[in-house]
Amino acid sequence: METTSSIFDRLVRYARGRSPWLFHLNCGGCNGCDIEFLACLTPRYDVEQLGIRLEGSPRHADILCISGPVTRNTQAALQTIYAQTPNPKVVVAIGSCPASGNVFADSPSVVGPLEKFVAVDVYVPGCPPRPDAILEGIASAVEILKAKPVREQGGESHV
Amino acid sequence: MSNWFALLVFPGFLYAFLMGWLMLWVERKTLARLQSRIGPPFYQPFFDFIKLMTKEPLPRPSRENSFYLFLPLLAIGATLGSLTLLPVLPNSLSLVGDLVLFIALIEIAPICLVLMGFLSRSIFGQVGAVREAVLTFASNLPFITALIALAYAGGSLRLMDIALHTPPIARGLAVLAILICLPLKLRLNPFSVANAEQEIYQGALTELDGWRLGLWELSHALEWVALSGLTVSLALPWRSDVAILDAALFTLLSLALVFLLALVAGATARLKVGQASRFYWRWGFGLALLALVASLFPFGG
Repeated sequence: METTSSIFDRLVRYARGRSPWLFHLNCGGCNGCDIEFLACLTPRYDVEQLGIRLEGSPRHADILCISGPVTRNTQAALQTIYAQTPNPKVVVAIGSCPASGNVFADSPSVVGPLEKFVAVDVYVPGCPPRPDAILEGIASAVEILKAKPVREQGGESHV
Repeated sequence: MSNWFALLVFPGFLYAFLMGWLMLWVERKTLARLQSRIGPPFYQPFFDFIKLMTKEPLPRPSRENSFYLFLPLLAIGATLGSLTLLPVLPNSLSLVGDLVLFIALIEIAPICLVLMGFLSRSIFGQVGAVREAVLTFASNLPFITALIALAYAGGSLRLMDIALHTPPIARGLAVLAILICLPLKLRLNPFSVANAEQEIYQGALTELDGWRLGLWELSHALEWVALSGLTVSLALPWRSDVAILDAALFTLLSLALVFLLALVAGATARLKVGQASRFYWRWGFGLALLALVASLFPFGG
């Protein structure tokens, strides 16, 4: 019994590591990081060979990739989207803005940094970071995802 | 004994699950190669499925939850049932009128998907569901007309008799009409407007998470196996008496068909709903009508 469940856990962890689906959210950034992020999906970097897929709905996602200092306008959307992402989930902050506000720091319309609203797991600094750096950030996010417990808590559970 | 084998092993349960995942991979890999990417490894759809099934579901009202469980399971069950009827092996399960049963079963999955889109109460889900419903009607006209032509030309409502006894001209035209319907039924480019991911995310499945989405991925994989299997088994006019050879030929041709569909999908852009349905009403239905006319004449064979 013990071994069966541990084999199952290993399978689940491995499957998680091989199929991290991303959701991309711009919280009021300048679009620079977003262009670099989308470059990861092009044939040159081809993240699909790692099982990574960009999803249109946060409900399908495992990793939230968030760029931009959080502005007043985007804060509510950010919190909704974070709540809509099913566990286990990992947050990757892309660029310097979510970490510090960058050039937008102290602006009256900026309510960031990102850490105030959601738990950030990985920071990818840069203005903007290169696609290689973003990929490295996603790779460390995958390790965090794999380390999360397989059965989080009680309540409703299916399969 | 034979029935249980058809249901549980080939071409039912065991074969369909493995083959469905393999077909999803062939599609993704072909698309990737067309875009000069490397593409996902072959076990990718399997790990996607495991991951989705073990994600922690978001809380939903329990009444809604039963629909989220019931609809995809109905779609999976119906598609598995239609797979069991495929006339692959010479001694396969064969009922009088199994063509009618096949059509009924294969249409359950799209209907469930439309219901799911409306139940998810999301604007994207509803738009996806409406498009799915409109296009299902448009493609069913040539699909069912072609199957009627096959049945008339073959002189039977049994799939195995149709596969063995249909004259070549009527068969060629009808199989071509069925082939044209496949990209829409599998929601592939250029008829992928029902799940257009750049416009309405995943259409009917936008609001689904974890196992709710995983079950639909599985249902989609089974639809691949059932529809490509139907086309291949109706196109092949003979069966050897060796079950292994028949099964191997069926598998290879199914995979080749998936490759062909993925090539078309990779080479085309998405059509609008109106353009897609016009295409099916005009060309698909035209071809199916030709098949029907051919089946009325004895020189159809």
